[in-house]
Amino acid sequence: MVEQTIGKSVQRKEDLRFITGKGRYTDDINLPGQAYAVFVRSAVAHAKIKSIDSSEAESFPGVRAVLTGGQVADDGLGSLPCGWMLHSKDGSEMKQPPHPVMAADKVRYVGEPLAMVIAETRKIAKDAAELVAVDYEELPATAMVNQAQEGAQIHAEAPHNICYEWELGDQEATEAAIASAAHVTRYSLVNNRLIPNAMEPRAALADYNPGSDELTLYTTSQNPHLARLILTAFVQLAPEHKLRIIAPDVGGGFGSKIFVYSEETALAWAAKKLGMAIKWTAERSESFLADAHGRDHVTEAELALDGTGHFLALRVKTTANMGAYLSTFASAVPTYLYGTLLAGQYKTPNIYVEVDAVFTNTAPVDAYRGAGRPEATYVLERIVNLAAVELNIDPVELRRRNLIQPGDFPYQTPVALEYDTGDYEASLNKALERAGYADFSSRQEEARSRGKLRGIGVSCYIEACGLAPSRMAGSLGAGVGLWESGEVRVNPTGSVTVLTGTHSHGQGHETTFAQLVASKFGISVDDVEVVHGDTGKLDFGLGTYGSRSLAVGGSALSKAADKVIEKGYKIAAHLLETERDKIDFDDGEFRVRDSNQSKTFQEIAFAAYVPHDYPSEELEPGLSEKAFYDPVNFTYPAGTHICEVEIDPETGKVEVVRFTVVDDFGTIINPMIVEGQVHGGVAQGLGQALLENCVYDEAGQLQTGSYMDYAMPRADDLPAFSVDTTVTPCTHNPVGAKGCGEAGTIGSPPAVINAITQALGIRDISMPATPEKVWRALGAGRAHV
Amino acid sequence: MYNFNYHRPTSIDEAVKQYDEAEDGQYLAGGHTLIPTMKQRLSAPTDLIDLSGIKAMQGITRSDDGAEKMLQIGALARHEEVASSPIVKSMVPVLSALAGGIGDAQVRNRGTLGGSVANCDPAADYPAAVLGLNAQLVTNRRSLDAEQFFMGMFETALDEGELLTSVHFPRPEAAAYVKFPNPASRYALVGLLVAKTNDGVRVAVTGAAPAVFRAAAMEAALTDDFSVSALDSILLPAGDMNSDMHASAEYRAHLCTVMAQRAVAAIVAQDQARARQVTSEVTSESTS
Repeated sequence: MVEQTIGKSVQRKEDLRFITGKGRYTDDINLPGQAYAVFVRSAVAHAKIKSIDSSEAESFPGVRAVLTGGQVADDGLGSLPCGWMLHSKDGSEMKQPPHPVMAADKVRYVGEPLAMVIAETRKIAKDAAELVAVDYEELPATAMVNQAQEGAQIHAEAPHNICYEWELGDQEATEAAIASAAHVTRYSLVNNRLIPNAMEPRAALADYNPGSDELTLYTTSQNPHLARLILTAFVQLAPEHKLRIIAPDVGGGFGSKIFVYSEETALAWAAKKLGMAIKWTAERSESFLADAHGRDHVTEAELALDGTGHFLALRVKTTANMGAYLSTFASAVPTYLYGTLLAGQYKTPNIYVEVDAVFTNTAPVDAYRGAGRPEATYVLERIVNLAAVELNIDPVELRRRNLIQPGDFPYQTPVALEYDTGDYEASLNKALERAGYADFSSRQEEARSRGKLRGIGVSCYIEACGLAPSRMAGSLGAGVGLWESGEVRVNPTGSVTVLTGTHSHGQGHETTFAQLVASKFGISVDDVEVVHGDTGKLDFGLGTYGSRSLAVGGSALSKAADKVIEKGYKIAAHLLETERDKIDFDDGEFRVRDSNQSKTFQEIAFAAYVPHDYPSEELEPGLSEKAFYDPVNFTYPAGTHICEVEIDPETGKVEVVRFTVVDDFGTIINPMIVEGQVHGGVAQGLGQALLENCVYDEAGQLQTGSYMDYAMPRADDLPAFSVDTTVTPCTHNPVGAKGCGEAGTIGSPPAVINAITQALGIRDISMPATPEKVWRALGAGRAHV
Repeated sequence: MYNFNYHRPTSIDEAVKQYDEAEDGQYLAGGHTLIPTMKQRLSAPTDLIDLSGIKAMQGITRSDDGAEKMLQIGALARHEEVASSPIVKSMVPVLSALAGGIGDAQVRNRGTLGGSVANCDPAADYPAAVLGLNAQLVTNRRSLDAEQFFMGMFETALDEGELLTSVHFPRPEAAAYVKFPNPASRYALVGLLVAKTNDGVRVAVTGAAPAVFRAAAMEAALTDDFSVSALDSILLPAGDMNSDMHASAEYRAHLCTVMAQRAVAAIVAQDQARARQVTSEVTSESTS
């Protein structure tokens, strides 16, 4: 009998190649005769392009071609589309100005590609790129989100730089409840802009075969099929069946590799145009300038409570920065992934949210780990905390009074979602216990004796994951469905090749999915190989983002495996000369009930491929099944984060001394991988709360363009995390899984700020809570001034 | 990076000759500022003169300079060599602690004392030690006091082609270096070196201003009363400080006082430990 591994921390199958340098990333792939591309990028935030003189670059020895945005336009390439059509309050469609593959007439952010130099070596391309002379007619820049509506207009299509003015919820009821409430807490906040910083920068290698008209693009994508669909149906780069996109090993994405970008598209276009293989690998400086950034909200919120501390209504007004162009998912992030989450874990009867999305002369902003849900959780978990302080109620007690209870499910929120299941108080209680919440005051006193200020902060988050029911997505303006595909190919010897439309770029799918399928068949995890990331190998898939891979992709695989087993029953019934209904399948064996006759899974596989004794009239040979799974609802991971900080009042430096997380991710396949996901997510959340900040100046120049100025969290910035789970399985998918990839970034930032404000006895501090801000909050220079 | 001619001389004379003959030469020590700048195409020397083959610029020795024992460190000594050298630990322990706190392990295994001092980055650690410990800077032409050496941001008294060959540190009675790192780069947002020397109390400040400087007000206060509280009312003028997105001038001025007090506290603790254990030397210091 093979050991059952569901719920066990199986070592990651992919790690041997990753930690021994045997991974195969895009930049590791080289094709004979390949050329190299370097992009010429806008040096200014907003300007008309008067002329581009590339003659000197073209005659530079070793240069194959210099291509400009004008040539892209001449070739009739389409605009890079945004996948979600939003509508404003007045019913009008969002403004979706053209997003050119390379700028031709106008540049709208520093770093925007406007030409590419293709040469025999990277160095030659770089040397020649410096010779491309761009003559700009500079225009005033609109770089700040809070000035966007008054600033210089960026797109002719979008007056006042407004992309859309969206709303959700019952405005009238919400305002009435606020007007008559016993208490209203008001809060203004900025959710700071972040730069994703995946370890592997974006890269692409495009190859065109004029003989077969096949175009192949190796690229750092989280969703190669979606990229192919966009590049064929919208950009009209190549017919879909002639374009193959391969996303090999990818070193981290965090959302930034979902999107279809200018550079990869231009590269594929150039390869076809010039009939050669061309490679581009971003330098880190290019990643800072031209990867889609995250967050960047300015928000005002009001929470109304009755005299007993029960929430009556929440009103939220947010301005969300889209950057200079609408990136692939941008419009959905501050709306469907934000406004819909504002109920959190609470029974707030009335919620109304308005979101103005605006264009600015900055890099496009799109989904970054958590995508909208960290922003929603931050608003809610901060304002709830403020209400507790104002009403002099313990913040945990105030939350407890308002939690949705297990008996309330399915729970319909006032902001469109229907939560299927959960036990929020169970996670809260377990977290409080693990965090030693009850004994906090003794630790605070001990810290005080050392001259340090200690604070503790709680955050109860919920997220909507497992994107997404296609019908619902379609009705909300999505350009695609959001189901997932899975294929289970049983080989003649009984080993299994699994194909999934999701994509692993660090998440450990090769292990988790192998565990899932191996457990179905009662075979060893080592006998299952997971294949992903190649449009030439599997039909279609929607990729990995929104914590969807196991909940949606795993469910497809589960269904495909069930089909294999069902066929196995029929083959076994034939071989064992009995009826299908008299056979049980367990531990990898088809057994005739109440007898000692059986066939192993491997014997059935062999019989399917060597059908000498086989029910040929009834069954086709072979043992390979596909399934598509379209979820009926989102999944709703939820949990509690508790942060404990110690502050040095002399310098303002915040040290996170304890961080406790209790999550409910539903059924867990591999606890080690889940814990790793939580660690990484919390690290990014602490990064946002304490360190990371993307800064543009008023002219639209990026001030934090390298690690000298952009503060990434490092191991010594982080405590040892205390991570645990509670389990209420998802009620509507066959795996019972809810998703775990983003939770860490969602729950953690408000827990940190709640802890800091408590330690300092202040109302608010903006993220990142840098030492200087903390010091100023303590009363600037109290000792000296 | 643009093309350049590469040289690897084995003597100081050869290096200087190659420099003089180059159209736009640059000496290369650890390269931790120069190489990234070249890779970003912000610097384009025609000739790189790699000093790593020059034996005369290497090594860490104890020299008897008349009555005074001096710690003599070759300009090419890597940070890790300084951090782990038993001679440094026994003579000027503050220097090994400072060197051990520069950058990360990779940086410490490449970067050099001479490179850092000659580059004179406003946020570098070593200049605080050179100035605070009253070191002598020896070049191929002359010997300079620390006071004469540091002129401004990335600006030293070194003439065109002049090569810093070694740095000589007198042994302080006691010293401590405390820095507050920039959260992004981990360079010193401010770094304070406080030393009791036979020349009196010296306080050198790095990171806070365009170049390393001595804090005369702190020195005077500590000369009167070498205690943490002596600095309570001393705030260096913010008008002289750097201000950027990481820290305002006002905050830097404040941090100078805090870091100086922590350095003083560390020295007081050393003194007390020494008083308790008169026979054994204290070889490690707090720089937290």
